[in-house]
Order: sequence, then C-alpha cells, then structure tokens
Amino acid sequence: MLLGLSLLIFVIARVIPGDPARIALGPLASRAQIAALRAQMYLDEPLPVQYAHYVRGVVRGDFGESLYTHRPVTTDLHDLFPATLELVLYAGLLMVAVGVPLGILAASYRDTWVDTLVRLISLGGVVTPAFVWAIVLMLIFAYALGVLPVAGRLSAGAVPPPPVTGLVTIDALLDRNPATYLDFLRHLVLPAVSLALAGVAQAARLTRASMVDVAGRPFIEAARAFGISNARIALKYMLKPSLIPTVTILGLDFAALLGNAFLVEAVFNWPGIARYGVQVILRKDLNAIVAVVIIMGLFFVVINFLIDILVGYLDPRIRLRQADEAA
Amino acid sequence: MSVVAAAPARENLRRTWYAFSRNGGSLFGLGIVVVVVLLTAFAPWVTPFPRHARAFTDFEHASLPPGGSHLFGTDTIGRDILTRVVFGYRFSLLLGLVVLSAAVPTGVVLGLLAGYYRGWPETVIMRVTDIFLSIPPLALALAIMAVLEPNLQNAMLAVSVMWWPWYTRLVYGLVSSLRNEGYVQAAQIVGASPAHILLREILPNCLPAILTKMTLDMAFVILIGSSLSFLGLGVQPPDPDLGTMVADGAKYMPDLWWVPVFPGLAILVIVLGFNLLGDGLRDIFGVEV
Repeated sequence: MLLGLSLLIFVIARVIPGDPARIALGPLASRAQIAALRAQMYLDEPLPVQYAHYVRGVVRGDFGESLYTHRPVTTDLHDLFPATLELVLYAGLLMVAVGVPLGILAASYRDTWVDTLVRLISLGGVVTPAFVWAIVLMLIFAYALGVLPVAGRLSAGAVPPPPVTGLVTIDALLDRNPATYLDFLRHLVLPAVSLALAGVAQAARLTRASMVDVAGRPFIEAARAFGISNARIALKYMLKPSLIPTVTILGLDFAALLGNAFLVEAVFNWPGIARYGVQVILRKDLNAIVAVVIIMGLFFVVINFLIDILVGYLDPRIRLRQADEAA
Repeated sequence: MSVVAAAPARENLRRTWYAFSRNGGSLFGLGIVVVVVLLTAFAPWVTPFPRHARAFTDFEHASLPPGGSHLFGTDTIGRDILTRVVFGYRFSLLLGLVVLSAAVPTGVVLGLLAGYYRGWPETVIMRVTDIFLSIPPLALALAIMAVLEPNLQNAMLAVSVMWWPWYTRLVYGLVSSLRNEGYVQAAQIVGASPAHILLREILPNCLPAILTKMTLDMAFVILIGSSLSFLGLGVQPPDPDLGTMVADGAKYMPDLWWVPVFPGLAILVIVLGFNLLGDGLRDIFGVEV
C-alpha cells in the first residue's frame, strides 16, 4: 500500500510540467545553479534510478529540506505531528466512547423515541462537514458562552511541559502538572468534538445495525429462554459479536480522522501537521508534501494492523483458524 | 403488444412511488433536492442580487447582519450572502454531477469485467481497486491536489480518481452472484455474446444499487468538494463556493458570524437532502450499498 502511494505521488510529481529545480530556486537563479541542483536532486538520471534514490531517502526517514520553512522536513514533522496525533487520538476515543454506547442504547430501545433521537444525532453528524461543526461549536461555546478557549493548544501564559513524548497530556502527567493538563484539555474539547462527530454518528449507526442483526440469532433467543436479564444479554452476549463489523469500519473512520484533522486544525489554529500540509500543498513544496502523505499512509497501515489484532481478539473463529494453520 | 407492456411498467412505477412516499424522510429529502436544483437552475432570476455572485464591491452595505433586504446578511465587501449561497450550490451540484459521470461508468465497467471474467482480469482490476480503497479518501485527494494547480477542474479530477473504486467493488460483488442466475446461464446456452449478457442481462439488475449509491454519493462528493475548497484547494475566488465562503467567513468570527454560518448550513441542507433521498431509495429497492 505504502509502495503504491509513494509510486503514485512520485509519478504525478515527475509528470507535471515544470522543472522542480527551477521552481525551488526561483526565477533569478542562474543556469549553473539550476544544473547543480538538478544533479543534486538526481533529476538528470533515468526515472527508475530517480525512484530508487527517492525510496532510499524515504526509508531512511530523510525527506530533504522543506522549501517553505527551510528546515529538514523530518524536523518539521517531529515538531508538528504530535499535536495532530494527540487531537486524533482523543477524537477517536470520543468516537468509540460515545458512539458505541449510543448505538447500544438505540438497539436496546428500538423503535422508541430513544432510537429516533440517536438516529437524528447520527444524521446530523454524517451530513455536516467537520469544519462547519467546528465553527458552530466555536461560536456557541467559545464566543457566546465563553466557557472554552477559542483556539490554540495552550493558553498564552501557560508554560508547556518539558517535551518527552510531544503529547502534551502525557508530558503534563509525567511532569505532575495538573494545571497544564486541565488547560490543555480545555483547549482540546472543541477541536476533538468537532472532529469526532462524524465518527460518533457512524459508530452509533453501525453498532445499532449489527446489534439488531445479532438480536435475531438463535443464541440470543436461547439466552432469553434461560431468563437472563435484557441488560445482561445486551452487554454480555450481543455486544461482542456485534462489535466485529463495527471495529473494522471504525478503524477506517479512525484513519480518516487524520484527513479530517486538516479541516478542524484550520479553524482552531491548532499547531499540527495539517495546517503545515495545506501550506506546503499550496506552495508546491514537494519534499514536505511527500512526507505528509507518507505519514498519513503509515498511520493508516498501523491502524489497520491494530484492527486486525482487535478483530482476532473479538472473533475466536479467526484466532483459532490462524492457530490451527500455525500448528 | 406495447400497450400490454406499458401497463405493468406504469403500475410498477406507481407502486414504487407509493412505497417511497410512505416515508416522510425520503419525501423531505426529495423536496430539498428538487428545491435546490430549481433554485440553481433559475439562480439569476430568483436571487435578489445576481451581480453579487462574482467579483463585486459595495462598501456602503458591507458586513450587514441578516435582515431587511439581505436575508442572510452581507459579507465584508458588501455582497449578499443569500445570492452567493444559491450560486454556490451551482458549483456543488456541478462537482457532484461531473465526478459521478466520470467515476460511475469507469467503476461499473471495471466491476462488470472483473466480476464476469474470472482469472487475470479479476485479479488485476480488484488488486488495483483495493489499493485505491485502502488510502483514506481525503488523503488521496490531498495528494493529488498537491501536485496540481488548485482549481475546480483539478478538484473534480482528484475526487473522481478516488471515487471510481467504490463502484467497481459494488458492481463486482453484484456480478459475482448474478452470473450464476438461471437467466444468465440461459443466455449463455443460447449463445449470447458476453457484451449482450453483461449489458442487457446483468447490468439492468445492478441499476437499483448503482442508482442508490449515486444518490448517497452526491451527498459525500459535495461534502468532500466543499472540504477541499474550504482548504483553498478547490473553487477559487471570486467564484462563489460554499466551502470557500465558510473559510473566508471564519476569519471574521465572532462579529460577522453570519458570513460562515449560512454557507455552512447550506452545505448541511443539500447533503441532508441527498442523504435522505438515498436512504429512501435504498429502502424501496431493498439493496445494500
């Protein structure tokens, strides 16, 4: 997958008209300078050789220098990615912690007002782009009610905790600094909620649909015949099998959060990779673009790997079949 | 003969419409879509200030709150927001139509081929499809936009490239099960050509699912398109686009809240419309997409 993505970007980048060396140096550069940079960027070599050089750089984590910040792209990513990762992680947490229970509620009280309410909420989440939620929530909570900060990651006066992981929440805890932690959480609420809403909707819909599906199976009827209470049936017997399809799709949604973070970071002035991504895209900063896209692809691969493990845990048939094959 | 054939068709249509109209949500969605399409078709005549749709300045009436002759207020250079929202819908619908008319035929043809011809066509087509599907949608669009000039045509191109695989997979799944149906085997036995079997026997049975997915996808294409222009990678000013308008307005919050909020709500309304309509079609056709 990563190979395909890298090849795709590489090909598009090389096919577009315009000499990257000339673009990088600007209109005033001399012929000699351009020739030197062309040689340095391997632009005079045949395309497969260029691709080999490019892959070697990427594998080593060397993406070259950004034309926009004039720093190595790796340094830029190191500074910016944790902020985005933290936002995405909390949004993902919210998505699961709110969406799945809503789905369970809707399935347990099927065709009552609870079900209708949950359906309306999920419709609202699905049909509204994240940036519109961001703006509406910001107007209500930050401006009209004034209960939450407008933008940024920490208040102006706050001292960021010593960076260990780059994730402010974890660093603040390691630093035993609850004030910073709370300050950060207050900044996080609005971006994370706006980012999570679409996923919450999806999670609720999926959980409801698969719970309803499982509810018709014979083993649930058997459990009812044994006189097990409804709540216990729902949580102990129905939830686990219904989570299998949900987890797979939610994993995709989780990875999609990173894409949608582009929309939310722009509104909340969040100092993450997404704002940087848009800037470098607009400036045709090829090295940085490649790095941003590869990071997104990598995130996707990691998430998919985790989903496979989780599904294996939830579905004993998959786990046992693999154990059989291994034996 | 034609009279006999026409009567059941009309009867069929009447029944479908009855089933569809029993659902309030579907009707509501259809209503939204019809109203928006009519508004955009007659935009120059129904909007109060058609000249405001493009570059235009009127500082005397700049930043007016909603009310009076400007129902949604005016932006910082005095353009009527209601007018621009209606014209903005033109770009949203155009994007949806162009993307789907590029992505659907491509995806459907590839899906038909992969589903019908086992062996290497199936392997090649489905492997490529899987690669495209495994990349998060917005990331793929961003990657493509990254190397192209940001404008409406390229945004359409980027979204089309990421959209066709969904149709390939949908049609592939349908064909895989339909190819074993009796009527397909009967056609094979009497020596019908593969083209006849694919286009006249199999394709018509895929249409309800394709149509439903297209309706739902109008909603998602519009959503993605507005996201791209929100980031400045789609429609460029002074053309009115809902996403661009939200992005511009976000700079003037909270004082000029109406500048981003009304275009934002406009996106919500059209996406909701296509979504409800698509849900309704899914229910009456009984298809999974």
